[in-house]
Amino acid sequence: MASLDQIFVTLKEQLVQLFPAVLQPYVGVLLSIVAIMAVFPGIFALTTVVERKLLARFQNRPGPNRVGIPLTKIRLAGFGQFAADGIKSLTKEDIIPRNADRKVHFIAPFVLVVPAFLALSVLPIGRNMTALDFPETGLLFFFAIGAATELSVFMAGWSSRNKYSLLGAMRGIAQMLSYEIPLILSSLTVVMMVGSLSLVTIVERQTSVQWGFFHSWHVFTPWGFAGFLLFLTAACAEANRTPFDLPEAESELVAGYFTEYSGFKFALFFLGEYLGMFAISGVAISLFLGGWSAPFTFLDWVPSWLWFFGKLFAFILFFIWLRGTLPRLRVDQLMNLAWKFMLPMCLLNLLVVGVWHFTAEWNELLRWSLATVLLAGPYWLFSRSFEARFKPRTYRYAADSPAAPVVAPVAPQVPI
Amino acid sequence: MNFIFAILAGLTVGAAFAAMTLRNLVHCALCLTVSLIGLALLYLQLGAEFAGFVQVLVYVGAVAILILFAVLLTRGGEAPVGRITNSLGAGLLVAAAVFGVLAWAIIGSSALKALPKETPQPALLVKAVGDKLMGEFVLPLQGIALLLTAALLGAVVIAMREKSSPAGVAVDSRSATRNP
Repeated sequence: MASLDQIFVTLKEQLVQLFPAVLQPYVGVLLSIVAIMAVFPGIFALTTVVERKLLARFQNRPGPNRVGIPLTKIRLAGFGQFAADGIKSLTKEDIIPRNADRKVHFIAPFVLVVPAFLALSVLPIGRNMTALDFPETGLLFFFAIGAATELSVFMAGWSSRNKYSLLGAMRGIAQMLSYEIPLILSSLTVVMMVGSLSLVTIVERQTSVQWGFFHSWHVFTPWGFAGFLLFLTAACAEANRTPFDLPEAESELVAGYFTEYSGFKFALFFLGEYLGMFAISGVAISLFLGGWSAPFTFLDWVPSWLWFFGKLFAFILFFIWLRGTLPRLRVDQLMNLAWKFMLPMCLLNLLVVGVWHFTAEWNELLRWSLATVLLAGPYWLFSRSFEARFKPRTYRYAADSPAAPVVAPVAPQVPI
Repeated sequence: MNFIFAILAGLTVGAAFAAMTLRNLVHCALCLTVSLIGLALLYLQLGAEFAGFVQVLVYVGAVAILILFAVLLTRGGEAPVGRITNSLGAGLLVAAAVFGVLAWAIIGSSALKALPKETPQPALLVKAVGDKLMGEFVLPLQGIALLLTAALLGAVVIAMREKSSPAGVAVDSRSATRNP
């Protein structure tokens, strides 16, 4: 089974050997690029259909089920839909508003898509399968590249000369800046524990066997579990997925910052968003869910890359499920969650990691209870707002008696 | 002077020049971002991975966005502005003076003389940076943290909503216009 595990690595080596020695490093790089450029957009194509079908099922309708292979009777249960969508977006007219800033309007989609591909290249998608390994700064590279997303959102929103676009962009940037802090702080726990910024090292550290039958993923520790939940929430917001899809809230802002895009540029935005989601899911997998390692030792025979992509698909399905289930947050709720709940919890989690690190010789039970109490107590305090915890619960719109406490006039919602 | 350095230097200086000369403030800010990215790439070319990526994370991810926000909120981004200054001569003089002082300081610095001619690729470990920050430079680090906290509190105080007047009428003009 070791050969199946390394099949792509071997294949690449064999292919590189076909070329003269001078060209070999370049061919190796090119092959890695081609693999990333082929695999992840392929997953994107699959995801668009799966998402539409699943959302349809959540809403009690069949969803796309017609398009198959053209000129035949084969329908593939609607899985030919992505090809039809792609051809449609390629052949549509590319409309640029007359007042738009044409250059910035043109560049914006590329500023989103290119960094998304770069971010995917640092992910360890299998044993010995990392396109771009920075032994010192892998994770930092990922977050640095993520900065371009905000820039692209701004460029798209501003250059369109459209209020909806600009509002969407402002919301998007405010949201991404706010949630980047919990995102980085929650991944810092893993960096503290492993002592390395390299995603490859972080994954390898999680392959050690605990109690004889399972791998010591970080999610199986109190700080890892809390960090994973915080990271997942922040990742959801960074990827603009429901319940954090305010920047492109279709019932309020048409399509947010890419309202004025059509045709293939719109498709590029779509692609960039999904690639960003895959990348951030991949980082969550690498940091907390053991990367390419199997959960149990008796499952080690399954190839490592299959584990990674399996986990990635689980993440995608989870995000689709969330989209079908949760309503959208309001802007002030969004900010409150990031600054008043997630940020204190992230800082606390850093403290817990320190405690965990220095109590390595303690009795496991004592250590676990200490860390759990340190995390669960503040969670109980902060999960509703701090002062609300010590007051009786009031319902603003459901108070039925006239004697109910007069509610202070609601402050006007200033859209961000 | 190798080929890659020439490209990166051209990109950085060209973008910086565009940031100075363009008429639209948002374009200027975007060009400044390109210039900052060029600087980060120069760091990377020197083998300083950590400094390069932190440069992108901080300057592109935060500072550039902050500048863009400031431009938008002050309504500078709506229309191209005319000639910003008339005192071109004075500006050139100040620029030349600053450049001269900086060049004199760098050329005369002892650090430059201490460097060997052929510098080997510095093996800069992130761990070493962390050790320095937490050991030797822990006091400045704490000082900066205090300063930033004070700045944050100041920003919150400035941005805090005005308390409504005793009559119950909100001071905010928005709510006043909502119920005429």
